[in-house]
Amino acid sequence: MKRLVWPAGVLLLLLALNVVFTPSFLSIQVRDGHLYGSLIDILRFGAPLILVAIGMTLVIATGGIDLSVGSVVAIAGALACLQISLDAGLITAIALALGLCLLLGAWNGLLVAAVGIQPIIATLILMVAGRGLAQLITGGQIITVNDPAYKMIGGGYWLTVPSGIVIVAVVLVVTAFLTRRLALGMLIESVGGNAEASRLAGIRSRGILVMVYAFAALCAGVAGLMISSNVSSADGNNAGLWIELDAILAVVIGGTSLAGGRFSLAGTVLGALIIQTLTTTIYSIGVPPETTLLFKALVVTAVCLVQSRSFREKVFGGRKRAAAPAVPAATDRTERETAGLPGPQDGVRP
Amino acid sequence: MLKRISAAVLAGLTAMAVTACGSGGGGASGGSSGADVITMGFSQVGAESGWRTANTKSVQDAAKEAGITLKFSDAQQKQENQIKAIRSYIQQRVDVIAFSPVVESGWDTVLKEAKDANIPVILTDRAVDSPDKSLYKTFLGSDFVEEGKKAGTWLVEEYKDSTDPVNIVELQGTTGSAPANDRRDGFQEVIKADPKFKVIASQTGDFTRAKGKEVMEAFLKANPDIDVLYAHNDDMGLGAIEAIEGAGKVPGQDIKIITVDAVKDGMQALADGKISFIVECSPLLGPQLMDLAKKVVAGEQVPDRVVTEETTFTQEQAKEVLSTRQY
Repeated sequence: MKRLVWPAGVLLLLLALNVVFTPSFLSIQVRDGHLYGSLIDILRFGAPLILVAIGMTLVIATGGIDLSVGSVVAIAGALACLQISLDAGLITAIALALGLCLLLGAWNGLLVAAVGIQPIIATLILMVAGRGLAQLITGGQIITVNDPAYKMIGGGYWLTVPSGIVIVAVVLVVTAFLTRRLALGMLIESVGGNAEASRLAGIRSRGILVMVYAFAALCAGVAGLMISSNVSSADGNNAGLWIELDAILAVVIGGTSLAGGRFSLAGTVLGALIIQTLTTTIYSIGVPPETTLLFKALVVTAVCLVQSRSFREKVFGGRKRAAAPAVPAATDRTERETAGLPGPQDGVRP
Repeated sequence: MLKRISAAVLAGLTAMAVTACGSGGGGASGGSSGADVITMGFSQVGAESGWRTANTKSVQDAAKEAGITLKFSDAQQKQENQIKAIRSYIQQRVDVIAFSPVVESGWDTVLKEAKDANIPVILTDRAVDSPDKSLYKTFLGSDFVEEGKKAGTWLVEEYKDSTDPVNIVELQGTTGSAPANDRRDGFQEVIKADPKFKVIASQTGDFTRAKGKEVMEAFLKANPDIDVLYAHNDDMGLGAIEAIEGAGKVPGQDIKIITVDAVKDGMQALADGKISFIVECSPLLGPQLMDLAKKVVAGEQVPDRVVTEETTFTQEQAKEVLSTRQY
């Protein structure tokens, strides 16, 4: 838990910055029968990113990476909207879209697990081809649909709460249960730690790998439905553009090591919220469009630096050093992996 | 066993890739060998909005009608893709290259290559900021500064009897693109004469609905008193309408909305009273482009700036013309 302190601190700092510029930033009202406020906006527009990042967390926990999620987002939205515009039923449209996403994810998993292609290359194939596939589905056009039921997924409200937030909460709880209450999480971490050793120990590494890639694609598919439903249209070109990079960033900010073997779902959610809060902050405090990217880069750099143990030790001196032995061993190791450093504490631990 | 299968799959993929390249190359050389038929390489920005897809369709249809072989490529909003496409057109020795630049700057090198290869270039819809005007034959497209001015003029007229300050928020197009820069500047030029007009927030919405909605949500929370929204295209305006409705306000009444483009969904919203005023930016420049291409290839002189014919729409006008809109 302790390693979540830094990302949480950054999130609070960003929120505080917003309050300085917009005093009413934290207020949440009920307007037109639904919750209304900047915090709700952050959760609502952040929902797709959180979903994609949850899937990405498990992939990264196996030591892999999935670059194709952005394209899968576009494909899911495109196929669902196309089906709806062809008067297929809503359930059929959603089932087809998510089914295709599962297939694409399994394809990624097979390339990685069975063929043995490096994850970054295997998923790069679908990242490039998938965007083309999405455009093929939409015929290069923006498909506008007018279906109130479809609109519910990403733009509607469920008991005053935006439905996107509800969906994310459900996925998060289910994922946390499966990985933390059942052995699945441990199996994933063990595959990430050493796939061959896990296999020799009797874990079906390949099955696990295919499963996590399929799960990541499914999460991306649901996110794609949300994004397209929010504006009642499918945009093969721009939907989910660069979301894979934001998702990877969210996972890393949340303290999950890219080397695999360990993951933190709570950290990922925090990371995604930081990114979305940053985006909202840029709009609210009026950063000029020309400097938006620079502003983002500076904040992200600061977040990464402040999370690095070695950076903190260099800047803040020996105080952290003295406090460190109290940290539980597991946390300690993960944090060191994140920073990519050998631990200075070995041997002095009580 | 698995290794063998994976090797076979890989071999298959490689073979497919090789054949694909081969056939692509063959088609290209075949296209340029026909001496009488003009071959045009066209690099489109992308398919970011209904406007753009109408523009694409107009170019494709007009090419078919004019008997011009069109090689079309979609740059997906990336300059490097466009540069790649133009280079490949040069290699394929097309007769004329036309393209809508994603951004204004950075084109000198590749345009020089086209010039050295003696392939004339026509810019459509968006300009480049290169000081060397000899790099392209002509620029066919809308006058974005004029569009911004039209938007500003309507606003000044609308509020001419009021002395209260008018708070304006602006949804800009893709940062650095010509329409975003010019529509902003033209609008500013007209409204700055009267200090009661104040742009209180301005942010890019990347010309997309999703971004338009997201940015407008944030604007609404940070600025309680918004009188006017000026969106650089219809799609961002349409996204913003959803945000305004979500905030319990009535678009078109509580917040007046001015957009540019006049695509079908936008005109529908205008007729429904949700948008207040639309400045047209016609995408149907295909026929004009094909005429210019023929003249340029024949070596005739063409004016270095051709403006597409455009108008503006109020809510009443939108109701009249809605059924006859092609895009």
